Amino acid sequence: MAKEKESKTPMLDELETGPWPSFVKDLKQLAKRKPELEQALGQLEDSYQTNTNHWLGTVLNLDGYGGGVIARYSDVQDKFPLAAQFHTIRIIEPSGWLYNTAALRQLCDISEKHSAGILQFHGMTGDILMLGSNNEKTYTAGEELMENGWDIGGSGPALRTLACCVGPAYCEMSCFDTLGLTKFITDTYISELHRPELPYKYKFKISGCANDCANSIQRSDMPIMGTWRDKIQVNQKEVAKFIKENGENYVVDNVITRCPTKCIKLEKKKIKIDDSNCVKCMHCINVMHKALAPGKDKGVTILLGGKRTLKIGDTMSSVLVPFMKMETREDWDKLIQLVRRIWDFWGEHGLDHERVGEFIDRVGLGTFLDGIGVEPDPQMVKHPRSNPYIKFEEYTQPRIAGEPKESPNVVDKEVEGKEAAV
Amino acid sequence: MTTTIVKKKLAPRDNGAPDFKKMLHPLMAKNYGKWKYHEKVKPGIIKRVAESGDELYVIRAGSPRTMSVDTIRKICDIADKHCQGHLKFTSRCNIEFFVTKEKDIKPLIKDITTILGFPIGGTGHSVSNILHTQGWLHCNLPGTDAAGAVKALMDELYKEFINERMPQRVKISTSCCSINCGGQADIAINLQHHHPPKINHSNMQICELPKVTAICPVAAIRPINVEGKSSLEVVEEKCMYCGACHGQCPSMEIRDPKTDTLSIWVGGKSANTRGGPSFMKLATFGLPNNPPRWPEVSEAVGKILNAYKKGAKEYERIGEWIERIGWKKFFEVTGFEFTKYHIDTFRFARTTFNTSAQVRL
Ligand code: HEM
Ligand code: SF4
Ligand code: SF4
Ligand code: SF4
Ligand code: SF4
Repeated sequence: MAKEKESKTPMLDELETGPWPSFVKDLKQLAKRKPELEQALGQLEDSYQTNTNHWLGTVLNLDGYGGGVIARYSDVQDKFPLAAQFHTIRIIEPSGWLYNTAALRQLCDISEKHSAGILQFHGMTGDILMLGSNNEKTYTAGEELMENGWDIGGSGPALRTLACCVGPAYCEMSCFDTLGLTKFITDTYISELHRPELPYKYKFKISGCANDCANSIQRSDMPIMGTWRDKIQVNQKEVAKFIKENGENYVVDNVITRCPTKCIKLEKKKIKIDDSNCVKCMHCINVMHKALAPGKDKGVTILLGGKRTLKIGDTMSSVLVPFMKMETREDWDKLIQLVRRIWDFWGEHGLDHERVGEFIDRVGLGTFLDGIGVEPDPQMVKHPRSNPYIKFEEYTQPRIAGEPKESPNVVDKEVEGKEAAV
Repeated sequence: MTTTIVKKKLAPRDNGAPDFKKMLHPLMAKNYGKWKYHEKVKPGIIKRVAESGDELYVIRAGSPRTMSVDTIRKICDIADKHCQGHLKFTSRCNIEFFVTKEKDIKPLIKDITTILGFPIGGTGHSVSNILHTQGWLHCNLPGTDAAGAVKALMDELYKEFINERMPQRVKISTSCCSINCGGQADIAINLQHHHPPKINHSNMQICELPKVTAICPVAAIRPINVEGKSSLEVVEEKCMYCGACHGQCPSMEIRDPKTDTLSIWVGGKSANTRGGPSFMKLATFGLPNNPPRWPEVSEAVGKILNAYKKGAKEYERIGEWIERIGWKKFFEVTGFEFTKYHIDTFRFARTTFNTSAQVRL
């Protein structure tokens, strides 16, 4: 192991060994022709040696856009002047993170020409991240990307770049067109993605079934997950084959007893399901995926309010629409309208930096449903409230000075009629 | 240095998302929404069978996520040679290559492993690639690194990536500040701060002070006057060191290279299978932030995985296993100490207490 005697990055070099592919080895190779990257690696080494970060954040926007560039300035730029400005451009990824090589090569060429030549596949939100451009090159990179049909991702208090699972492209579990819907929402609300106008960020993640491969439920404000409302499709021939291969006990231990609602049983080597009590959790289908399949009357469950730790701690999304068809253009438009009502209500009454889940916590889910014109549904809660302190609007006292009886809610709602409820 | 930039006509705006239809492998386009079942061939290789009878073999390789254009071009060369020019990235930063005939798998894997050096695996009941954040390479907030921490840990977990010998799939994430953009996972490694932000009063004019005041979840920030200039102060007893203010204002420095530590959380799950999604819970804390290889973290993760492998039933995720055996047993089999810091003190703390006489003795 004859390493150069005086490596400038001795600590990083320790990450060159070992069986997992090393980003250090890769980037060091590239740094030979990218001096700004060599300096960024020098700065990273300094961080390793001192446990101190050296990037400062600032704002940099492309003409006409209010976000999408994560601008970074080095606080040790006297030592690493070429890495003084080292920005990231977020680029909207193709639905499902599917690529052809022509598209990837184009990203490589633009990245090589205008930035440090580092790409990340992908950011936690879903974007392609292109790292290491200075102020001027950020503009030229952005123009060249958009010239070639790419678009810039979201940041700040805006709709964020969407992400979805592979869905119908190769997964048999998929209950709707995750890839198409992701593109449709992105394109329909592209202005809201580029021009921050919401109280805070709004993320969609879209999964074809409750396996939630897009990690939607606790990483997005509005998870959309595939489901069905008829019967699980059972192929008893394949059931028999599965039992023959694995034994009856295996089916009992790993399928029957694992069903959360105990709605599936084995009778004379046949699977019987009480579909009215099935919560579409996907477990039995995952284990016996040749014998069982989602039903035929498919659609989605829409949830709301998930977010990561900042401020109030993590929140899980909760059910907003238990079932909705998601097949036709009209179905998609209905979803778009629902989102618009949410944005209008939250946009008007939400506080600065208040995610929609935090907003619901503050005003109450009941008030929120009133505000967006959706009827309450028992599927929205684990159980009804157990505390008795209820402000019934019907009993609210008239205010002093003879003002008319008024609901104590934060909303003056325009009655939208029941058909507004999806 | 003032270069005059000649204003060219701007490129079109609001293009929207790229057309995914152009990205689909021909067999995906042909069988879109018409897939019938899948079969595991071996770890890292899944056969997808369409209603038409078409077969697509999906070969999954681990990637470091942060890659040079050179590496990505090599990936493209391989996809051009073997996969009709198509590939996919997964939500856990793996890369999927596609072939249509079983005999084409071997030469593809040979190229992936020799040219790229990427391992094949990450499917089924394995430990998949670690979700991670930006870290010292690019964020303005981190107290530790992300890509390096993942590389170090995946070196240790390599065998678990290329095999499927866990009771159920294991997902790991890392986060380099208390904002935790790494996400919920079966095992999460997160950075923690241990004192209130240190305020740089002389630099306090650059941010919007009311915004910083408003962001504090426990209302610990209030305006003060320092030598005639408006600034902020933090009520230290209230502050819970969350760092929300630091995200808003760089003059509220929350990080400390001497005192920041790492903690490990277990039992997060996104899938709605069986008991549904769950949050992760504190397993152990106070691990040193020790680059370049964070050996204490690897050791603790190893303890959890060993105990899980030994104790869990098939199909039980880490959180489900712990729920079944109880937290008392979890602390016994991992050797971690249960302390008063494991008991929640934030909102809804009481909902996490054992409000029954059901105890394991
Ligand atoms: C200004 C400093 C910040 C930087 C540089 C930063 C950086 C990033 C990056 C690069 C990603 C992945 C982005 C993508 O895929 O498009 C990300 C995701 C994320 N960020 Fe930030 N972030 C910052 C502030 C914040 C703040 C203040 C919050 C808290 C509200 C936050 C919460 C998150 C979360 C939850 C994710 C993951 C989202 C997901 O899983 O979909 N970040 N951050
Ligand atoms: S979420 Fe469901 S449909 Fe989507 S890839 Fe996962 S298993 Fe398939
Ligand atoms: S999908 Fe889930 S709830 Fe429905 S029968 Fe199968 S295991 Fe039970
Ligand atoms: S976890 Fe914190 S420090 Fe790390 S990338 Fe996310 S916001 Fe930045
Ligand atoms: S660290 Fe968190 S709790 Fe402390 S002052 Fe800042 S925002 Fe408030």
